Amino acid sequence: MTTLAGARTTDDRNLIARLWGNQEARSVIIQIITMAVVLALVVLVLRNIAINLEAIGKEFNFNFLGAPAAYDISFSPFIEYTSRHTHLRAAVVGILNTLLVAACGILLASVMGFIMGIMRLSSNWLISRMVYVFIEFARNVPILLHILLVHGIIVTTLPPPRQAIDIGANFFVSNRGFFVPAPVFQDGAGVVGIVFIIAIIAAIVFRRWAKQVQDTTGKIYPVFSICTAIIVGATLLAFAVMGAPMSWEIPELKGFNFQGGLALKPEFLALWLALSYYTSCFIAEIVRAGILAVSHGQTEAARALGLQPNRTLQLVIVPQALRVIIPPLTSQYLNITKNSSLAIAIGYMDVVATIGGISLMQTGKEMETMAIVIGVYLVLSLTISAFMNWFNRKMKLKER
Amino acid sequence: MTESSTPQDYVPGTHPDLPPPVGTTGAIGWARKNLFSSPLNIALTLISVYILISIIPPLVDWALVKSVWTAENRVECWGKMEEPEGAACWAFVKSRLQLFIYGFYPQAERWRAQLSFVLLIFAILPVLYDKLPGRKHWFWYVVAFPFIAGWLLVGGFGLTPVDTDQIGGIMLALVIGVTGISFSLPIGIALALGRQSNMPVLRLLCVLFIEFMRGIPLIAFLFVASTMLNYFMPPGTAFDLLMRVLIVVTLFAAAYIAEVVRGGLQGLSTGQHEAADALGLNYWKAQRLIILPQALKISIPGIVNTFIGLFKDTTLVLIIGMFDPLGVGRAALADAEWAGLAREVYLFVAMFFFICCFSMSRYSLYLERKLHTGH
Repeated sequence: MTTLAGARTTDDRNLIARLWGNQEARSVIIQIITMAVVLALVVLVLRNIAINLEAIGKEFNFNFLGAPAAYDISFSPFIEYTSRHTHLRAAVVGILNTLLVAACGILLASVMGFIMGIMRLSSNWLISRMVYVFIEFARNVPILLHILLVHGIIVTTLPPPRQAIDIGANFFVSNRGFFVPAPVFQDGAGVVGIVFIIAIIAAIVFRRWAKQVQDTTGKIYPVFSICTAIIVGATLLAFAVMGAPMSWEIPELKGFNFQGGLALKPEFLALWLALSYYTSCFIAEIVRAGILAVSHGQTEAARALGLQPNRTLQLVIVPQALRVIIPPLTSQYLNITKNSSLAIAIGYMDVVATIGGISLMQTGKEMETMAIVIGVYLVLSLTISAFMNWFNRKMKLKER
Repeated sequence: MTESSTPQDYVPGTHPDLPPPVGTTGAIGWARKNLFSSPLNIALTLISVYILISIIPPLVDWALVKSVWTAENRVECWGKMEEPEGAACWAFVKSRLQLFIYGFYPQAERWRAQLSFVLLIFAILPVLYDKLPGRKHWFWYVVAFPFIAGWLLVGGFGLTPVDTDQIGGIMLALVIGVTGISFSLPIGIALALGRQSNMPVLRLLCVLFIEFMRGIPLIAFLFVASTMLNYFMPPGTAFDLLMRVLIVVTLFAAAYIAEVVRGGLQGLSTGQHEAADALGLNYWKAQRLIILPQALKISIPGIVNTFIGLFKDTTLVLIIGMFDPLGVGRAALADAEWAGLAREVYLFVAMFFFICCFSMSRYSLYLERKLHTGH
């Protein structure tokens, strides 16, 4: 009996050893063990959460979203919000504010970044050095400090609304923000908008047709100027025909502050400007690297083929540089979106400050509010990277 | 016209070299080439000079020439200036320097902070300077350093315990930065290897973790750390805030390191893997001896950039109520004697971060050049 049992155990050991010796079996064993450990951890954490929540008498549910938020949000340009509205609406206002500052930041940072990247490559030594010093200084200092600094400059050094600086065309600069005329649309503005969209579609159709003509006959139309003419001309014509259905609401000083017009609050301005110039420094270096990555032989080859300088830039240099630029540019766009969460430091009411800040404090629902915040950012990040991946695929070298 | 100036006087090939035309060499030539080569460049140069003249002298005046370095409070400070508030009052930063460096660390125990700083320098030296004699023996010390420093700073085991919320200022930035850097690198490499592995479960888990961490801002994770990480722990165990922040920051940085290292791994040709297999090396030996040394070399710039980002992100802890240099500065500004000197504080903190991050990026450039073995 003993010998039999002994034989069996050695046999078992042999089996395990044999399995371990086999690469595929080993990988399956490792994966099963990993899965088990991860699942055990998840179960453990969930159990801990349940026990801990029960111990302090909290429940996990999202009912609080329907309750009145009871706090004010000073900056809600898109939807109406008062303290009587619900937490859910406060969260939506926060999400919209995050989107607003992220979109504005991406736009301004791209423009500034491309300009600064080209200035870095300028043959003018002074320009290139000045931009270099600015870039190195701005990007080696934390973004939070930039935000606080810009906010501090706007709030403490600009004059109050009564002595606001009038920079012409009814633009006013004061420590309560920048005040600019707001467009007011009247009846018939919708028609202009529809004409504008139709003009864009017409321009796209024309571009396709022009490309076909070029492919078959070799005749080149000035596509860019004709497209611009179609879009601008049609819109202006519709605008004139409908009797100019738009006017400007001009900000006016009433009491201690401006009334009317479009008010850019100091918090929004500080966040927007700081995010933009900080990120534009990174974009500038990306653009510079992208342009330098196109070898000089490409320019020479294009000239040898008889292409004009502007067509060389448009058809040879930019498409190749963009291929190098887009992937790192994507991560900078994601960075702007994520860094906009620093809004909370200066009181700009984004999604972290509303639902993840004040709502969290008022309801004590840490789990639920943070789950919403994390979900919002995940969706945003995934959307931006999906869009940029699509764009990247479109720009990729098409090998035949 | 003299005869000697005609070229016929020279045997071909013996004419002495003429000096280059005036205006193509020296300072004038340089300026013509780099500053005034075209009408556009002339205009740009003039605009730049104008901008520089209108920024630099007033800034130097404000920060250095007219600034006040000794005073008891801001009124005295402003009294010493030609016009009140017309220049920097560095006396404020000077009087709060201890606070900026140590935070609220108890006076009697500051030798421990100083000692760990000296130990930090000795730990960084062998990492940065590869010609150090006996570099291999330093390795274990470098690995042990975070634990030694942790023991020194927090206390226990024979030292007086110090509450972690008293660690602040530059010390806090260094604690978070050094911990994050030293622990995120191994975790990040492991995640990158997991993402490149051919086991689907392992790969999926790593991808999920990395994309989750990278999709969400650090500030949200800091909120998670400060409000709800204790819910995840077994009842009765409570980590203190600094510990929770360190965990979150490390995992966050690890996800970014993982992506950088993955770039390096993908940059290697499959021939390297096949060669390692052909030599009969097993997985770990192949990674350690062939794959990782090359992959990490490619990813050095990205890794250092991640570290710079991590170090700058240490300022975010001020939002959950910890006192990093910026938080200390803001707390100091709340003092009625010195209120209104925000510019000085921000500039001082900015200079600290600039010096740290700029030297890190310069070192990465130097390393890149040194390790560049291609042609």
